[in-house]
Amino acid sequence: MENFEPTIIAFVCNWCTYTAADLAGTSRLIYPKNVRLIRVMCTGMVDPQYIIKAFLEGADGVLVSGCHPGDCHYINGNYKARRRMKLIKEILGQLGIEEQRLRLTWIGASDGIQFAETIREIVSQIKALGPNQTQFKMAM
Amino acid sequence: MATAVKIDVKEQNLLGAFQGFFKILLELEDIHALLVPQQLPVKGSVMPTLVTDPDQLDGVDPLAPAFPLNAARVVSRLTRKPMGGKVVAVLRPCEIRAFIELVKLNQGSTEELILVGVDCLGAYSNADYYRLAGENPREITERFYQNVLGGKGTQMDGVDITAACKACEHPIPDQADLVVGLYGVDTQSGLYVEGKTPKGEDLIQRLGLPAAETPPSREGAIGALVAERTAYRDKMFADTREAAGSLDQMAEYFSHCINCYNCRVACPVCYCKECVFVTDVFYHEPAQYLKWSRRKGVIKMPTDTVFYHLTRLAHMSTACVGCGQCSNACPNDIPVMEVFRTMAHRTQQAFEYEAGKSLEEKPPLSDFREAEFEEVVGIS
Ligand code: SF4
Ligand code: SF4
Ligand code: FES
Repeated sequence: MENFEPTIIAFVCNWCTYTAADLAGTSRLIYPKNVRLIRVMCTGMVDPQYIIKAFLEGADGVLVSGCHPGDCHYINGNYKARRRMKLIKEILGQLGIEEQRLRLTWIGASDGIQFAETIREIVSQIKALGPNQTQFKMAM
Repeated sequence: MATAVKIDVKEQNLLGAFQGFFKILLELEDIHALLVPQQLPVKGSVMPTLVTDPDQLDGVDPLAPAFPLNAARVVSRLTRKPMGGKVVAVLRPCEIRAFIELVKLNQGSTEELILVGVDCLGAYSNADYYRLAGENPREITERFYQNVLGGKGTQMDGVDITAACKACEHPIPDQADLVVGLYGVDTQSGLYVEGKTPKGEDLIQRLGLPAAETPPSREGAIGALVAERTAYRDKMFADTREAAGSLDQMAEYFSHCINCYNCRVACPVCYCKECVFVTDVFYHEPAQYLKWSRRKGVIKMPTDTVFYHLTRLAHMSTACVGCGQCSNACPNDIPVMEVFRTMAHRTQQAFEYEAGKSLEEKPPLSDFREAEFEEVVGIS
């Protein structure tokens, strides 16, 4: 597992976590390059389908991250995202996808440091888990 | 005030008793139509019919072991806008529960509707039923209810009710306005009809039928049946988790799937007007297939099979009522219901929700609280 470099798909909201990622960059904070950011307007627009697709395509982990409760720019998108996360964890959990591969966090626009730390922690957890097994089988 | 009445049964002719009861209902001034399953003048076909003429009830058959479709969709079509008349709909419990889910999604209304539920004896798969019923559906129905109510079981001529029915712990239509009780009822002498809601009680009092008491053996009979069903269900859950407990196993489970999407057409609670899987989103660029194949070396065609089933689970599993129409509709005999019910059981538990139980509880994904599900947030 030494050389395993996981691929993590991160759906980040434009207003908070994306801005935090930007801040981490401009502040020259260092975090692992395993994460592919997908900017969305709000966590409330992350259809469970996107998460399913990411795993079926062989992502080793998925992160959804946005504004803290109360701070969503569309009022309640993050509360809806939290329910969807509960749902999708329940479905993927029954299919052997470990809890640690699917994360939801709140990272505010000024939390560049927290963003970098979060990515470091997620990458190290997923390295410990090893690759998502489905990517080795025929896509079905 | 009577909240329950008795309908006389003569010479064990339950269908005749039902016909008489429905005629009384339809003759009430404020009841404009009746939606009820009838044997059609075509061989072996039992379908929901919308009846306005009380003399057109000769073929009524709510007891046939036939379940061609989940009629919740039909009722949704009738009630999505005001109909301009009151309709009594005679449905199976799982049809009522699916309809309740649709009402909560604004795809139907109970406003002009009175729901009559009949204790459900179960049904054969479409393929089995058509083979069995052939020219004589009435005879099949009679043998079936005599067997089931006489304690001889549901099996007949080598076929049995579907796995969905065997695993169904809701054979009693608790959500109906009126319930026609069969279990624990002396059906040799009469059917037991109970009003369950103010609407139902009001109707019952206007029928001019003799009042009845709950038969003493009813509760016990229902309890025993539900226990048996629940045990079957739990074993089915365990077996399905063995067979489809990982993404790779899901791919194997659905390896005969041809992406025909019949299962979601048949599903009463697949509520989208247009399924994303038949939109341009999945009309991939030809070059895309080559890209995918290059990356993996080989891909199965058509693509997106597991993706489709998982997406459907994400969309409707909290509304799944376990009716089994998905399995019934599959051309390749994939036990679709088993996977959907098993997964749905957990997703509904996660939200302390039970599909079809009440009109009041909001569907889990149409609702949220500010403080909840903290356990899914964070990275520790
Ligand atoms: S998924 Fe299958 S069992 Fe569940 S409601 Fe739809 S058709 Fe019925
Ligand atoms: S009905 Fe059967 S073959 Fe058709 S999409 Fe559903 S599971 Fe696949
Ligand atoms: S705008 Fe950031 S989560 Fe809604």
